[in-house]
Amino acid sequence: MNPVDRLNGWARRLPVWAVYLICALPAPYLFYLGLTGGLGVEPIEALEHEYGEIALQFLIAGLCITPLRRRLGVNLMRFRRAIGLLAFFYLTLHLLVWLVLDVQILSQIWADILKRPYITVGMAGFLMLVPLALTSNNWSVRKLGPRWRQLHKLVYAAALLGGLHFVMLRKGFQLEPLIYLAVIAVLLLMRLDWRAIPRLNRA
Amino acid sequence: MAHRWTNDMTRADATPERMFLNRRQIIAGLAAGTMLGGLPGNARAQDALEPNSWEEITSYNNYYEFGTGKDDPARYADQLTTEPWSVTIDGLVDRPGEYAFQDIMSEMTIEERIYRFRCVEAWSMVVPWNGFELADLLDMAGVQDGARYVAFETLLRPSEMPGVARSVLDWPYVEGLRLDEARHPLTLMATGIYGRPIPNQNGAPLRLVVPWKYGFKSIKSIVRITLTEDEPPTSWNKANPREYGFYSNVNPDVDHPRWSQATEREIGGGLFSKRKPTLMFNGYEDEVAALYEGMDLSVNF
Repeated sequence: MNPVDRLNGWARRLPVWAVYLICALPAPYLFYLGLTGGLGVEPIEALEHEYGEIALQFLIAGLCITPLRRRLGVNLMRFRRAIGLLAFFYLTLHLLVWLVLDVQILSQIWADILKRPYITVGMAGFLMLVPLALTSNNWSVRKLGPRWRQLHKLVYAAALLGGLHFVMLRKGFQLEPLIYLAVIAVLLLMRLDWRAIPRLNRA
Repeated sequence: MAHRWTNDMTRADATPERMFLNRRQIIAGLAAGTMLGGLPGNARAQDALEPNSWEEITSYNNYYEFGTGKDDPARYADQLTTEPWSVTIDGLVDRPGEYAFQDIMSEMTIEERIYRFRCVEAWSMVVPWNGFELADLLDMAGVQDGARYVAFETLLRPSEMPGVARSVLDWPYVEGLRLDEARHPLTLMATGIYGRPIPNQNGAPLRLVVPWKYGFKSIKSIVRITLTEDEPPTSWNKANPREYGFYSNVNPDVDHPRWSQATEREIGGGLFSKRKPTLMFNGYEDEVAALYEGMDLSVNF
């Protein structure tokens, strides 16, 4: 049995609810660490960054599913909705920490959204994902038909904005956020060009 | 020249570590006590300064030579060799040369200064520094008439500084002050915290502390001080002149282009700590506002 088949076999046996459960666990655990000093002496900033970074990682994981299937034959399609919703879950937590624990002042929140480009960019990315989260259910897929696929292409723009948001908020020239943005860009470029590139698994 | 500025807190409030456990009670006692009526307004404000813990001060640092994470300096700075250490003082001085750290220390009067510390990233701490006035060190070298600025340089030693492998900034880190800022009684060369030698992650063995400016002006692990006629280049200004000016005075009315400077979060308040308003010149307006008379601080930010 080749590794791809073995991986697909495992994926078929792993229940989707287990993915939701395991992947959601870091959220309360990080909050607990923040409460008990495990995130250092500035837990608000640390928690905000942890949630934000995990959200980006799930967005990236979601973007990997189609290329993995098309290019390597690894089929993780049944987890795609869970991964997308988990990305939205962590993004919502990231936003809530920013609103409730970090900025705290309502007038300043509005001022920040309008005045600070990295917040405007991040907020735009979040808003784009709201309709996607709301339509991540079987009923919406049936109801919207082909428009569902069109709508969910918004995730491409949202992921780019998320990566950009990360690059913009760091001081100085830092590598980590640029790596995130580059990975997102590559995953999107793979989609643009895939018809032109000969398939690896044609044989 | 030493002792030109005094804390309004008593030494008992900061130095002995045993005391720190009781600090909250001491502060409460002071506030409730008879001292209150006798102090001028500013002194009463200083009374409210409750220094952060040793743990907070030494575990949450920006020292990009050791990495950009807040915990990187505490993790990696122990690699730094600080003995022997010398500071080259040159430029427009009467006695240029390489001054050994021990020789400097034997000439200087070490005082304790409990200062607010406000980072440009909108967080703050209160640090009980030990050190001497920069003015005393400048006098040791003898400042010549034409000098108008003081330039500072941090050690650059790639073998002990993992962060400099990446060009986050143009190394070595450099900073500068106008001569009158440098000679101001508040401007300190810190060599200790809580009566102990300053830890590497906080800028051992000696660093600048300019409490009315954003923290990045307070350059760490200094190896060179140069008296110049012209305004010297400064690292963050070189990296992004739109965001970081030469002066970088704490100013709640002039926002960083990417975030507000109107409020700050005190380190140590936990997950539910409230933001508090940032004070003009970080609360040292009475002492330093005269330095900037007639200047438009939104232009000279």
